[in-house]
Amino acid sequence: MKGNLAALMVMLGKAPQKPKQITPPAQAIHLQKRTKKITKAEIEFIKNELKAVEAGKYRKKWRNRRWVSIITINLLFTLSFWLDIQLFEGSIIASRVLGFHMADIYSALQVVLAYKIMLINLVIGTVTVFIIWLLLGGRAFCSWVCPYHLLAEIAETIHLKLAAKKWVTEHSFHRGVRTVFFIAFSLLAFGLGYSLFNSINPVGMISRALVYGPGIAMVWILILFLFEVFYSRRAWCRYVCPMGLTYGLTGALSPLQITYNLSSCHHETACHIVCEVPHVLECVKKGRAGNVEVDVGADCTLCGACVDVCPTSSLRFEIKGLSHIS
Amino acid sequence: MLSKSSPRYKASRRRFLRTVGLFIGVMGTSLATLLPVIAKFIPPRLRPPGAIDETDFLASCIKCGQCVQVCPVEAIFLAELDEGMGVGVPYINARLQACDFSCDAVQCILACPTGSLSSKINKKEEVRMGLARVAKPEACLAKLGLGFKGQARGANFTGLLRYAEIDRWNPIPIRDHPYDLELCDLCVRECPIEGAITLQDIDGNGKLPVIHKSCVGCGVCEMICPVEPAVIVIDERKIWEEV
Repeated sequence: MKGNLAALMVMLGKAPQKPKQITPPAQAIHLQKRTKKITKAEIEFIKNELKAVEAGKYRKKWRNRRWVSIITINLLFTLSFWLDIQLFEGSIIASRVLGFHMADIYSALQVVLAYKIMLINLVIGTVTVFIIWLLLGGRAFCSWVCPYHLLAEIAETIHLKLAAKKWVTEHSFHRGVRTVFFIAFSLLAFGLGYSLFNSINPVGMISRALVYGPGIAMVWILILFLFEVFYSRRAWCRYVCPMGLTYGLTGALSPLQITYNLSSCHHETACHIVCEVPHVLECVKKGRAGNVEVDVGADCTLCGACVDVCPTSSLRFEIKGLSHIS
Repeated sequence: MLSKSSPRYKASRRRFLRTVGLFIGVMGTSLATLLPVIAKFIPPRLRPPGAIDETDFLASCIKCGQCVQVCPVEAIFLAELDEGMGVGVPYINARLQACDFSCDAVQCILACPTGSLSSKINKKEEVRMGLARVAKPEACLAKLGLGFKGQARGANFTGLLRYAEIDRWNPIPIRDHPYDLELCDLCVRECPIEGAITLQDIDGNGKLPVIHKSCVGCGVCEMICPVEPAVIVIDERKIWEEV
């Protein structure tokens, strides 16, 4: 399960811990890996692999699929309005998809806290979205649907290129601040009676710009973009977005997940380099896996970057209880 | 415990301060969006039909734009970031494109998922967006005893209006429907609400449009008025009892 208590605490900001217990089969593999000599050829292979990954040269199969998904879904919103085909009416924040109400869970929470009334249409929309992402892995919304995610990925690519040339340095923040944002925005909405988060939410702004045309709000998007390029990699998604945290909580019980297999892993942690939320991949560090198969944590966005980058297929998509999908 | 001079302690201290900075920055920005609302920098906005009390309206609007999409005359726009907290919230500029109830069933209200546009309203006569007011009676063509011939708002005006006698279902551009009137009564003629506005004698001193209690504030009179600027305007959110 993605969402055991430890994984939830890590998602809320706690540093990942060593597993308290390691199962005997996992212990056996750990022991075998400790005693086995690594050959020069293997070291060379890993060195080359890490170099390529750091330079951004690796398979992009899942990334390409995701980009098709993000672009298609957001384009459907735009075309529905422009061509008046009424498939995806509204924006990412709230819509009617083929006539069914949908509403982003955290945006709806903001409105309900501020307005103190929840109409049946909003209940239907929020519950629908909750069920969808309960089934589809929670934060998969972020990497497969969110229009800001695509922009942030572009900012990230530029950031990494500049960082490689030492023109910019990465500044990290404490991840727990996202939980503080979640609580602070919720309290403010309740106390002030205004859904403040919705007024600075770049996801809503971009989605509205795509459907109804861009405006001054794009200045805020530009500020965030530049901040992520020059100061802190993926800052909004990693440290701020309460929408992402909400989807993380939603997906905690999801059957769709990334599964890690200890057996053939080289522990070179190339996956950490590409991951938006590397704290969920603590298990791939040498000696850290508590079991032969480990469910990757609830904060995982199911972006598939680790699956793309792993040379030993130790990380893969899985529907818990069903056969593997590739 | 890390010693205070250790590099790891210093790095984690710097990260903590950075995180506090990030928190203050983001929260500060979000609170700053309240300023235009509190300081009333925002012009009073004509909201779509069914809009609840302004404070509740701003609180409850989820900023999805579904009301924009269903409007057959595309009267509804979403506010910009200069309206702070009101960014993404819908409004109508009646002079550019009024709500003419072409949709009959108040579609925007049906589309609203949060109740910002009150679902208690079922027909156009129940709507209260504001009240029409004759702002410049001295410029009114009827008052001057003048007729009107031609396109009500000129050849470049893109506003739409439903003319039931031409096409019951589809609104057409006003410029495609020229008039030839002996005495201008456009505001009365095109008002979509029965009995909301009439042309009345003013002490034998010419005629003027007079607004009645059934006016819903849709703004069609403001849109159609051929005088520039419009003789008749909508006072946003004004209700009859206050007059």
